[in-house]
Amino acid sequence: MTDVITPAITGDGSRGSVAVEAPSHLHEEHGPTGLLKWLTSTDHKVIGMSYMITSIILFYVAGIMALVMRLQLAAPNASLVSFAQYNELFTMHGSLMLYLFAGPFAFGGLANYIVPLQVGAPDMAFPRLNALSYWLYLSGSITMMLGFLVAGGAAEFGWVAYAPLSNAANSPGLGPDVWIMALVLTGFSAIFTGVNLVATIFYLRAPGMTMFRMPIFTWNMLVTAILILIAFPVLTSALVMLFCDRHFGTHIFSVQGGGSPILWQNLFWFFGHPEVYILALPYFGIVTEIIPVFSRKPVFGYKGMVFATLSIAALSTGVWAHHMFTTGVVLLPFFSLLSLLIAVPTGIKFFNWIGTMWRGELQFSAAMLFCIGFLLAFLMGGVTGVMLASPPIDFFTHDTYFVVAHFHQVLFGTAVFAGFAGIYYWYPKFFGRMLRENLGKWHFWLMFIGFWVTFMPQYIVGLLGMPRRVAVYPSNLGWQSYNIISTVGAFIIAASFAILLWNFWVSWRHPIPCGDNPWDAHTLEWFTTSPPPHHNYTHLPPIRSERPTWDYHHPDAPAIPHGEGREPKRDKVLVSS
Amino acid sequence: MRNESFILLGVAVFFGITGLVYWFTSYEDGGTAMLAGTCLLGLLPGSYYFWWHRRMGFRPEDRDDATIEEGAGEVETFPSSSIWPFVLGMGAFMLVLAFAFGMWFFFPAVGLILTALVGVTAESRRGGHV
Amino acid sequence: MDPRPDGTRISAASADPAGPGRRTEAAGHDLRKRARRVLLALVVLAPIVLAGCQLPTFGAFRGATTQGQDAFKLWQGFFIAGLVVGGFVLVLIVWAVFRYRRRSDQVPRQTQYRPFIEVLYTVIPILIVAGLFVFTVITENEVDAVPSTKVTIDVTAFQWGWQFYYPATGKVVIGQTLQQPQMVLPVNEPVTIHLESADVFHGFYVPAFNFSRYAAPGYVNTFNFNVLHTGVYRGQCTQLCGLYHSLMLFSVKAVTPATFERWVHQTSGHQPTIGQLKNQIRANGPGA
Repeated sequence: MTDVITPAITGDGSRGSVAVEAPSHLHEEHGPTGLLKWLTSTDHKVIGMSYMITSIILFYVAGIMALVMRLQLAAPNASLVSFAQYNELFTMHGSLMLYLFAGPFAFGGLANYIVPLQVGAPDMAFPRLNALSYWLYLSGSITMMLGFLVAGGAAEFGWVAYAPLSNAANSPGLGPDVWIMALVLTGFSAIFTGVNLVATIFYLRAPGMTMFRMPIFTWNMLVTAILILIAFPVLTSALVMLFCDRHFGTHIFSVQGGGSPILWQNLFWFFGHPEVYILALPYFGIVTEIIPVFSRKPVFGYKGMVFATLSIAALSTGVWAHHMFTTGVVLLPFFSLLSLLIAVPTGIKFFNWIGTMWRGELQFSAAMLFCIGFLLAFLMGGVTGVMLASPPIDFFTHDTYFVVAHFHQVLFGTAVFAGFAGIYYWYPKFFGRMLRENLGKWHFWLMFIGFWVTFMPQYIVGLLGMPRRVAVYPSNLGWQSYNIISTVGAFIIAASFAILLWNFWVSWRHPIPCGDNPWDAHTLEWFTTSPPPHHNYTHLPPIRSERPTWDYHHPDAPAIPHGEGREPKRDKVLVSS
Repeated sequence: MRNESFILLGVAVFFGITGLVYWFTSYEDGGTAMLAGTCLLGLLPGSYYFWWHRRMGFRPEDRDDATIEEGAGEVETFPSSSIWPFVLGMGAFMLVLAFAFGMWFFFPAVGLILTALVGVTAESRRGGHV
Repeated sequence: MDPRPDGTRISAASADPAGPGRRTEAAGHDLRKRARRVLLALVVLAPIVLAGCQLPTFGAFRGATTQGQDAFKLWQGFFIAGLVVGGFVLVLIVWAVFRYRRRSDQVPRQTQYRPFIEVLYTVIPILIVAGLFVFTVITENEVDAVPSTKVTIDVTAFQWGWQFYYPATGKVVIGQTLQQPQMVLPVNEPVTIHLESADVFHGFYVPAFNFSRYAAPGYVNTFNFNVLHTGVYRGQCTQLCGLYHSLMLFSVKAVTPATFERWVHQTSGHQPTIGQLKNQIRANGPGA
């Protein structure tokens, strides 16, 4: 079945919105229903929702693994899990969170749903490729979880799978093989989504939606998609090499056959560091959507924001070896300088977010609270990140809990604080009903407290010398109290996520309808109905800035253009003359 | 298309320069190869888009003053539903399981993939777009 | 900075027909000017005050080696820079959050660009980063310097233990997991360490020395320690290396050069090989 979208254009007179007349039968849901509808849908909204639900389920699974690990670490020599089980747990926790939750939730889920709406497109550019991405992602996730069922258990070499620990001699069994294969599947899924996003943004924008009128979320997704295209092929090919080393007798990563183990680290981190920004940029985008809406102001320094995103992405691909400072074979000043420089565009983003709030009318809805939580979490993670960019400091913090605390603050700040800000913000658009704001605020405050209680002690214990990825630790070093605090914090966070589930349940049982635009938001997706119809739009407003919906509802309050921001300037001229 | 091509050409320029600097400061081949590959990744589609920009000028979505009416006409042909992505996905699933668990997954994998490729091609011939 | 003298501004404000809005603007200017003066005073005074008193450790070890002390000083510098910059941003966020709570349904001024401020918060971070980078490179060169020394130790990491070999006398210390080995070295003289791995990547980490380095298969890492005080320092493997990674401990004992000379000339007696120990732990686990 095929829909030909032919917008026969008629002005409807009311404040210049224009009808995009598609044949009337297209406005209704048609085609198969039920399970078959889910299996065959090529609608970006259905696929995006499937992505989000799958990744949130995996997020909860990985969260439960984290709780088990925190329980194990609450005592120095606990035997809740064995050494092997502990290694499996942190490997799978990291793999699920990084490969299967944080990335796919953002670029497979939210971006899939939101980007076509934000640029005024009826669907993604390649709907069937989009569906294939999801099926590859789902089967990759199932393959990853199969690791727990095979003989010998899941992979035990950490989410980074350093050679030669990951070779056939040191990590025998099927667990590592299914881990590799799961990542091959999800790698292709990510690459296809990246291609799809780039094509959608380049080719399917509505008339007047120039590149510099795209919402920052769409900009960030474009840059993320390009980063995916740079990074994921490297990972996939490295995994194929690893598999060949394990099974076909090649010696790419083994010293004995003349290979180079350090090559794996170079290849992996050439993927791995852009991956960190693949996980961060979409969430920066979410925050940049929400803060202006709840400040009732345009994004401060829109163009600076775009160039900051571009330079973060560019720099992020030149810093991979800052994960390898202690290998002794990388060019320290080069990677140190580029890593430090990333602080500059990130700082620009911070000041732009603050500038957006400055002299605004801030409304602290749950979504906005999560954004403030993100700002504080990312500030802390960012400051410690600058410290780690300096090799002499990295030498004594590398692979300790200091690093663990750092990247959890960064990733929790982005993927969890900003990710859940996005859920609270766009949920009305997805389902046409509100989430309960008071439950959302409970969720936020519990999570916010739990977050600091969990991760701040890890910085301290890391500086005291506690390495990461250890199941037991000496009892005479005073590490236990910090670990107990951290464990308590982890359970506070877990409680906050139970509230989220309760919120979903309440909203499902007792819906409060929200209308098309409950937040008085700025971007195009809030112009259509909630949830949007098949192929998204029946009307489009004129697009004259990066906030067409705001312009439509507030024709008397456009953004003040360049150069007119400083009124006193005119006075100065008057006075001095 | 112009700004779009500039973004990708920017990728090419940045990684070209970074690659050169990296090579002449470290002489490390792995990283240089990857930076050179990234440079090409920006260069090829970037120059392709720029070529298209030269041919077709500014589209309505590239112009500040374009009105929604200018988008009139057929936007694109979209399949509203298709089973073939699912079949192809399951074929890929079976294929990787074959590498992990053994060759008996290989035969259903090839079957599914071939069916899906034939199916999706036939669907496209009837009117559709991947 | 506003180049005009204060008098001009007051006359400008009073001559302004715009009224109360503009007057608060002028008051804001004064406030900002005062804030700037305070900030300037802080910037000038801070190094003097800081140099005068002993800085806190900010959680890190002071460093028991000269290299470790250099790293520690850099850590203090970065920590203070982080406190200042992070604190500044934090104050801005908190101020914005409390000051600009929604009070009315009015649409605020739709300001989008302030080019001067935007340039300011691009250029200043670049300068800060440049400063941090300079100190990083200086410290890095001190920490990584490897002048040739009298005492050399070859360290080999393996799953899951360490072998310390003293090529000058042929002395060997080897141990794994629960029988953690001890590396002995002299104080107050630089010691060269050649580090490599017999199997997978390991991390040679002595927290009190503020230093770690990978033990890598296939190549040797070389670095220097100049330990300042006698004592026993704990060490541990930081890089995940398989099943008993958590138990891969060792210690470093720093002794006087004379004691070291005596110790290194004692024969080490019969020592198991790396292969024997690996077979043993695979068969019996770490308890044996």
